Amino acid sequence: MELKFEHRPAAHCENGVISNMLRFYGFELSEPMIFGLASGMFFSHTPFVKMAGMAVTSFRTFPGILFSRISKLLGFKITTKRYLNEKKAIADMEKVLLSGKPVGCVVGMYYLPYVPLEYRFHFNGHNICIIGKDEQTGEYIVSDPNAVEKVRITKKDLIKVRFAKGGTYPLLGQMYWIESVPNELPDLVPMIKKAIKKNCWLMTSQPKWLPYFGVNGIYYLSRRIKNWEKEMGPRKASLNLAQIIRMLEEIGTGGAGFRYMFGAFLQEAAQKTGIEELNDYSKRITDIGDLWRDFAYKAARIFKKRQGETYTYDDLSEVLYKIAVLEEKFYKELKTVV
Amino acid sequence: MKVEDVPQDLKYFKDTVMRDVTYAVDKDGNYKSVMSDGWSVKNDALDITLEDINEECEAIRQRVLAGETSPLEYHAAKNFMAVDLLSDYTGFSKRTIRKHFDPNTFSQLDGETLNKYADVLRITVEELKSVPK
Repeated sequence: MELKFEHRPAAHCENGVISNMLRFYGFELSEPMIFGLASGMFFSHTPFVKMAGMAVTSFRTFPGILFSRISKLLGFKITTKRYLNEKKAIADMEKVLLSGKPVGCVVGMYYLPYVPLEYRFHFNGHNICIIGKDEQTGEYIVSDPNAVEKVRITKKDLIKVRFAKGGTYPLLGQMYWIESVPNELPDLVPMIKKAIKKNCWLMTSQPKWLPYFGVNGIYYLSRRIKNWEKEMGPRKASLNLAQIIRMLEEIGTGGAGFRYMFGAFLQEAAQKTGIEELNDYSKRITDIGDLWRDFAYKAARIFKKRQGETYTYDDLSEVLYKIAVLEEKFYKELKTVV
Repeated sequence: MKVEDVPQDLKYFKDTVMRDVTYAVDKDGNYKSVMSDGWSVKNDALDITLEDINEECEAIRQRVLAGETSPLEYHAAKNFMAVDLLSDYTGFSKRTIRKHFDPNTFSQLDGETLNKYADVLRITVEELKSVPK
């Protein structure tokens, strides 16, 4: 059996699963709109949380939060479950699937069979949606937002990825589905305004003594990165740079990508609310996204040199500082428009 | 970023269903979602990370050839599997796994144990028993 589920690739797995699921229930909301409504923009640089021995840097809000925020906002009833027993985790999933509901699963990348081997790191925060089962082969049909088409996974592999191990984020078969939907979507205009305000608050409300989150985090990374080469030596410093670029957003959107997605959201928001200025803010965050790309590009030139292009950790620090100043100003002013 | 500037640097996605999606601005200033084959900068970041792992593996391989450690240690490193993770996935204690790094102990392991390691490391038992020449 296979549900009538339209698979559309997305920039980010969690947004993508939500967007595809809502479409299944007849509600058309774009990926950027979901990201924006859930106030998904964020930044954190936390030296005390480590992945592969290196500080974790993130460009968006914590996994799982988007789904709960968006469903609360729109009035969808959702269920989320975690399991200790692997058989029960699969049996329950099949039951929900057979009742005609697509099931979202949080999985680890490492054992996903259709992902290139080089990408299969121990990253336990990917989202996929189970939309059917091939009775002949016993395989499940999967909508993975980072794949261009529907894919398949065996029961054995699905158990492995749903119960991916790992110190920082071990998985407990976490799955979620939409239980019931409202007759129609509530008026989005007040929600959009509220979500923008909230996101501005999330990025700028932290006191100065808390350096890890929001724009503070960007300033913090800008200060820290200057000393990396001296503190860690060139090799380790390079690996830390590489981690910032790839580790957390292994497949999908990097730091710049979320800024562009927010830009797309603001453009849609301008249309829906009639607040023209939001278009200007969309352009501003697009320029900031371009700076994030510039940062990534220069970082890559440090660990993979090309002739005639030499950048230093001081240069990176400068770009980050510039981004931090611009983002701080951006959120503080955006707040006043809505 | 403009639509025409969306990078299409195909490397690690080659022959797979995986792609990136990114939002970019078209000629009229409207945002659109655009499919991307990847970005050289991200490929470079993955390159250097894999190079680092490969260097580590090469050192272990030399020790295997010198009879100082078992192929298990090599394949664990090659498949990004640190001892604690390998312990989580196999159910063997970290101490037991370290014992299996001893070439003599490793050569006496039964089929069931070898199967377990091979399965967790996504290789065949034959591959597990040796290192590339």
